Amino acid sequence: MADVLQQVVSGIASGGVYALLALALVLIYRSTGVVNFAQGEMAMFSTFVCWELLDRGLPYWVAFFLTLAISFVGGVLIERLVIHTVSRSQALTVVTVTIGLLILLNGAAAWIWKGEQRTLENPFPSDTFDVGGVVIAAQDIGIIGVSLAIVVVLWAFLQRTRVGLALRAAALNPESSRLHGVRVSWMLALGWGLAAVLGAVAGILVAPTQGSFDQNLMLPVLIFAFAAAVLGGLDSPIGAVVGGVVLGVVLNLVGAYIDFFADLRLPAALLLILGILLLRPNGLFGRSVVRRV
Amino acid sequence: MRAFRYSLRGLGFALLVAIVVYLPFRLSDFRASEFALIGIYFIAILGLNVLTGYAGVISLGHGAFMALGAYTTAILVADHGMRDLWTIPLAGLLAAAAGAAFGLPALRLSGPYLALATFGVAVATPIVIKKFDGLTGGSGGINLFEAEGITGLPEFLVTLPGGKVLSFNDWLYYLTWTIALVLFAVAWAIHHSRFGRSLRAIRDNEIAAAASGVWLASHKTLAFSISAFYAGVAGSLLAISAFSVQPGAFPVDRSIALLVGLAVGGLGSLAPLAAGAAFLVFLPQWAQDISKAPGVPAVIYGAVLIALMIVLPMGVGGLLRWITRPLTSRLYPRS
Repeated sequence: MADVLQQVVSGIASGGVYALLALALVLIYRSTGVVNFAQGEMAMFSTFVCWELLDRGLPYWVAFFLTLAISFVGGVLIERLVIHTVSRSQALTVVTVTIGLLILLNGAAAWIWKGEQRTLENPFPSDTFDVGGVVIAAQDIGIIGVSLAIVVVLWAFLQRTRVGLALRAAALNPESSRLHGVRVSWMLALGWGLAAVLGAVAGILVAPTQGSFDQNLMLPVLIFAFAAAVLGGLDSPIGAVVGGVVLGVVLNLVGAYIDFFADLRLPAALLLILGILLLRPNGLFGRSVVRRV
Repeated sequence: MRAFRYSLRGLGFALLVAIVVYLPFRLSDFRASEFALIGIYFIAILGLNVLTGYAGVISLGHGAFMALGAYTTAILVADHGMRDLWTIPLAGLLAAAAGAAFGLPALRLSGPYLALATFGVAVATPIVIKKFDGLTGGSGGINLFEAEGITGLPEFLVTLPGGKVLSFNDWLYYLTWTIALVLFAVAWAIHHSRFGRSLRAIRDNEIAAAASGVWLASHKTLAFSISAFYAGVAGSLLAISAFSVQPGAFPVDRSIALLVGLAVGGLGSLAPLAAGAAFLVFLPQWAQDISKAPGVPAVIYGAVLIALMIVLPMGVGGLLRWITRPLTSRLYPRS
């Protein structure tokens, strides 16, 4: 039993990272209606920025928050310069642009940082705690704590501030919001900026757990984040968080206890999600859209 | 007017055939192999266009159907001694069956969910291929160099009229483009059929289409199945031209590349999709020629793709329609 609990705890920790990236995907999907394929690469790029700042001798938390600020500006710029120019086009064009961004950012990171393996400083101690036979790593607690804090701050921002209200209004009904004086297109840019910040946190948390990282850090994480977002419902922030955590736990348990799936964790997870989607086509928490013709 | 319109189309198709037949006379052996690859991508993109361009369903998983086609051909040729050419339709049919089997339940999902579900299939493909190594040869794949079933260059084709000596790559070129032109004609027929119109009605407004008597499930599933058939044929040709299959040849990138080719060629166009296929083959090479420093080719590729989408949101096909509109709008009065 302790064994199972241990798998669950480490599953929650990796699920927390998926949840952050899934939340970023949901933010962008809700505001711009785009599935952002470049989300993982934006996060990877932010992680490299953080590494660069640390490499230049900045204290950890200064580098951390500076990275978040740079990521925010980067996200806003990407929306303003690239996404905004194609936002009136068909879905495929916008999707292709985000794929172009994915390739561009991946290449740019390999170019700037020479494609070498880097090691990101770990902000958490390497201690472990023994709670009734379950060994919990301080790192896992740290990741869960930071993820939780970010989610709470984001929730408070969206639900309790005027700007958050405007952001939600712009996503829900752009035309009415515009009539009420909301600068809709800047709200979309703000959404992209916030998504970039979430991605940055996910990247900075996940990089030390991998030992070393290069420009391909976030591709596997992105796939799990997609799965988490779809599982929870693409338009539901709560769904993204729940989906991420559930996915992390299920992946860990399946990988550990079903031998056949030991090297098939990813397909197994995708199969599970496909099954859930067939029962609930809009994810666990997604709204089903009623349309008038 | 209608007869005139069709004869104009016929003339265009004849011109296309003439270009395809004549091209190897002007191309080096290496270029011929590249153009064969373009033909393969063209087939796959034509198929994806039936699904995405007409039915409006974005699939990120068509690399999986290509893999299915490629492995069907490789297994039939290597393990069962079948002639490679006969496996091409079989590969297509098997992929079509798989497409129907996947499409029937999955098409319940709406746009982005379906796109991500198919993306999951694309991600899982190489892993699943490696897992069933008894059938697929695991990560080493299947080698066809020694297989008896490989036709190679037919004797009667070695010298063409005009003294052109046909190389193996020229043969591959003619093989892929013959199939591509046939499938192009089929795609054209679909476009102008009642079925094609129903699909476009689904794309434009699903509920209105259903209200007008279009059976959504059967139409979408059939569209998925047809597009999987095209992908299967393309995959089979890929196996024949590469003499081998490996799981590494079907990463997620391959599925994404097909979608990129479709966007560049122009969603809903037909002949301009060849430009999208050419983009997929030539742009990475061109980027490599500029600089081989790590990352730089990818930066160029990504930047060109983004710029192209900003300048030509409807792809090359959209550009051609825009250029020829002053002419065609007089030829084809809008009803």
